Amino acid sequence: MSAVPVAVGRRFAWPWQRVAAAATVLGVAVLYLAFRGQYVLPHDDDAGVFRALNTVRDWVDDNRNSSPVFLFFVNQIRLGVAVLFDTLQAVLQGIGWLGVTGAVGALALVLAGWRTALLAVAGFLAFGILGLWEESIDTLALTLTAVLLSLAIGVPLGILAGRSARFRRLITPVLDVMQIMPTFAYLAPMALFFLIGAPAAAIATLIYAIPPAIRITALGIREVPHASVEAATSMGSTRWQLLRKVQLPMAKRTIVLAVNQTIMMALAMVVITALIDAPGLGEPIIQALERVNVGGAFDAGLAIVIMAIVLDRLTVRASQRVDTRNQEGRSSSVTRRRALVLGATAGAGLAIAAGAATPQGRDFPESWFFSFAQPVNTVVDWVETNLFAVTDAVKNALTAWLLNPMQHLLTTAPWWLVVAVVFGLGLRVSGLGPALTAAACLTAVAALGLWQHGMETLTTVLVAAAITLAVGIVLGVVAGRSSRYAAVQRPFLDAAQTMPSFVYLLPAVALFGATRFTAIVASVIYAAPPVIRLVEEGIRGVPPTVVEAATAAGSTKGQLLWKVQLPMARHALLLAANQGIIMVLAMVVVGGLVGAGALGYDVVAGFAQREDFGKGLAAGIAIVLLGVMLDRITQGAGGRSAAEQAARHTG
Amino acid sequence: MKGSTRARVVAGMAALGLLLAACSGAKTETGGGGSAGGAKGTVKIAINPWVGYEANAAVVGYLLEKELGYKVENKNLKEEVSWQGFETGEVDVILENWGHDDLKKKYIEEKKVAVEVGPTGNQGIIGWYVPGWMAEQYPDITKWQSLNKYADLFKTSESSGKGQLLDGDPSFVTNDQAIVNNLSLKYKVVYSGGEAASIKTAEQAARQRKPLLFYFWEPHWIHSQEKFVKIDLPAYKTGCDADPKKVACDYPPYVLDKIASKKFADTGGKAYQLIKNFKWTNENQNEVANAMTNDKLPAEQAAKKWVDAHKDVWQAWIPTS
Repeated sequence: MSAVPVAVGRRFAWPWQRVAAAATVLGVAVLYLAFRGQYVLPHDDDAGVFRALNTVRDWVDDNRNSSPVFLFFVNQIRLGVAVLFDTLQAVLQGIGWLGVTGAVGALALVLAGWRTALLAVAGFLAFGILGLWEESIDTLALTLTAVLLSLAIGVPLGILAGRSARFRRLITPVLDVMQIMPTFAYLAPMALFFLIGAPAAAIATLIYAIPPAIRITALGIREVPHASVEAATSMGSTRWQLLRKVQLPMAKRTIVLAVNQTIMMALAMVVITALIDAPGLGEPIIQALERVNVGGAFDAGLAIVIMAIVLDRLTVRASQRVDTRNQEGRSSSVTRRRALVLGATAGAGLAIAAGAATPQGRDFPESWFFSFAQPVNTVVDWVETNLFAVTDAVKNALTAWLLNPMQHLLTTAPWWLVVAVVFGLGLRVSGLGPALTAAACLTAVAALGLWQHGMETLTTVLVAAAITLAVGIVLGVVAGRSSRYAAVQRPFLDAAQTMPSFVYLLPAVALFGATRFTAIVASVIYAAPPVIRLVEEGIRGVPPTVVEAATAAGSTKGQLLWKVQLPMARHALLLAANQGIIMVLAMVVVGGLVGAGALGYDVVAGFAQREDFGKGLAAGIAIVLLGVMLDRITQGAGGRSAAEQAARHTG
Repeated sequence: MKGSTRARVVAGMAALGLLLAACSGAKTETGGGGSAGGAKGTVKIAINPWVGYEANAAVVGYLLEKELGYKVENKNLKEEVSWQGFETGEVDVILENWGHDDLKKKYIEEKKVAVEVGPTGNQGIIGWYVPGWMAEQYPDITKWQSLNKYADLFKTSESSGKGQLLDGDPSFVTNDQAIVNNLSLKYKVVYSGGEAASIKTAEQAARQRKPLLFYFWEPHWIHSQEKFVKIDLPAYKTGCDADPKKVACDYPPYVLDKIASKKFADTGGKAYQLIKNFKWTNENQNEVANAMTNDKLPAEQAAKKWVDAHKDVWQAWIPTS
């Protein structure tokens, strides 16, 4: 943020550029009018690509118990993961609520201090009070399995990527795909290769959670000052010594951050894996929704949010402590610390013994149960009956004036014209390389036989992204200018990001019907928090001296915002745009569950219906292609590659 | 350096161990019904995503645990994934199967991993419904011939100028697109995406008096909450739905049945006997489903409530030894 971007309107400084831009727009319009309705690629449920993918599926089904690939590789992985999960689950369930709560409290006390320890104990007690102890522990065991495996694989890969630029270039596109691929889209292939149940769920979660582990570790290694590395090398360190004595210790804090992000990503995924019979909190959520019991789903959703907050604070505080300890040196409080560790271990040991040995310590006392289901249902009922008229009108207006015309435009334009426009936009904003990639991705969507559905999805994503940005910028600016408001807003942002979208989907359906608009609402709830945070950060990043100077020169609050704060936060705003679009896309599939149709529905159908397997998989790939396309077009505006943004700003 | 040498030895041993384990090869078939062979085995019941099914599973599961001392594992799965579970040993039994002749052919006849266990006693009806107030206000709306006349009523933001027919979850049995095409109805099929989304929309339509034409079925608890009237499509005749693209008739009446894995049928003992004997009525099922949805009871309590009140019905299912 050191280089201050200069005047925004500069691109149009010369008249001939303006003329060229106008001519381009006019040309596109003329071509559209001339060829409207031609060269469109209508949807065909029986496309060749879909059938080919179905054949692959059938082969796997037939060879699961005979092909060596399965006998010696795929099935072995599944069994290994199953052993890890079963062990963790058995231990955690075995030591009872008393044991787990005691152990977590002690761990938090040692690693993160007494405040975090209190939070952790309160959080774990809440699982029991909500009547969801067993489910919460299953979710915890599943998350731990996925996180342990992610770190075991991801940290070494991240170190490698941090030390070798070539390996980094090789792995970056793979990680991009893993993060953009909608989670639903790989559940069906997961069930195909690893069957259903906890192991398949852990592996699916691993795929989703491993990219930040790799990226942030690599970042940590690269951020080690060049001087330190050179000094060590000149003193004759081998590469191994360099890693162990210099790079790893100095990157320690960043690596703890990688652990934090991996845990957060894993928690976001484990709920969805309930669809392939994973144990845990996802089950009550999905069941409650089948019974149209939003309040019931809320309890389980709240438990997920609490778990996310506890694990987040625990790892963040732990990483900060690593820092301060490094600075303080270890001499001053060695005895005190030793006593603390000893005391915590003893306490945890006692709790575990009591939890494992006594029934009171194992099963959470039922008399403490409390559920939010009743009040939440009352509120939801009231909202559904009384706000429907308003929300229905908003939905109809936005659909008629924005959504439908845009979808009409995109689906009736010749496909090559759309590709050309995407190429042009990419060229203008991000340069030749990204423009070529974007155009290639879009062409590939057509080749997959999913052009029409792709365009419909693109419409939904663009409208949702526009609303997300509008909301994000307004709330972000307000939060950036008022710390008090920001403090009030923060817990809501945390909840919006970690509360599984399934929970608020049903009230949204009641208010907006089973429509594309419901999907848009869900996307905005999901994608707005990071945008708000980025904008807030950008506004705060404007140096106070500049603000003071402007105020002294007589700027009003409005002038200050429009002339100083927003232009100077331009970089953060563009970054927010890029992130917002990618996150909206991630929600597209969930939209398929509430009537949004198009690619999201294809993925959902592919998961549910044998003959649609190929279509679902192709639709999953098409969503990735759209994601890469949107990212490449906007990344130039953000000024940095999506990979680095994701590494810095996920969660 | 000592440490790293030791680490290498350990890693080598681990790799060797993995290799040895791998040499035996691993098949996916786990115990399946085999574990249910003993007196106190485990029964793995697939739970498909609608409440009526869950009612069946709740009562059967309750009786298996309380009366016969089995352990029940519920597997929350969609219909087709459950059938795959027969092959892999993840699923012992499906307790409410709607037709699925293609799957029966594949898994029962070709792969021989599953068997039919007989009807549940429930009659299934699939069809198109409108809220009760519409049938009162427009008496002829329930004839399919007049659907085009009222198409404008059913227009929504999603139906591109035509009337909207709201379908459900992608995994449900449906011929609706073909029926609309072949009867030349001015309607667009829109998928809600799931049972919950359909129910929410139907509830809103009934309470807020909004027009709605939607795909739904009986038995379902919602019929005891709000009134919905079925549209008369051209009557079903055997074979009229043979070619999925040419269907122009109503859905057949479904005799809902139970399917078990071959292994469970052979070794399931008393648990299999109970499931085989299990047979009840639509009213029975609705009673349990209603307790689960509208009284918000957990499945087990809903089952207990029904079991306590209907000993005469379930007594006949318990196998005598």
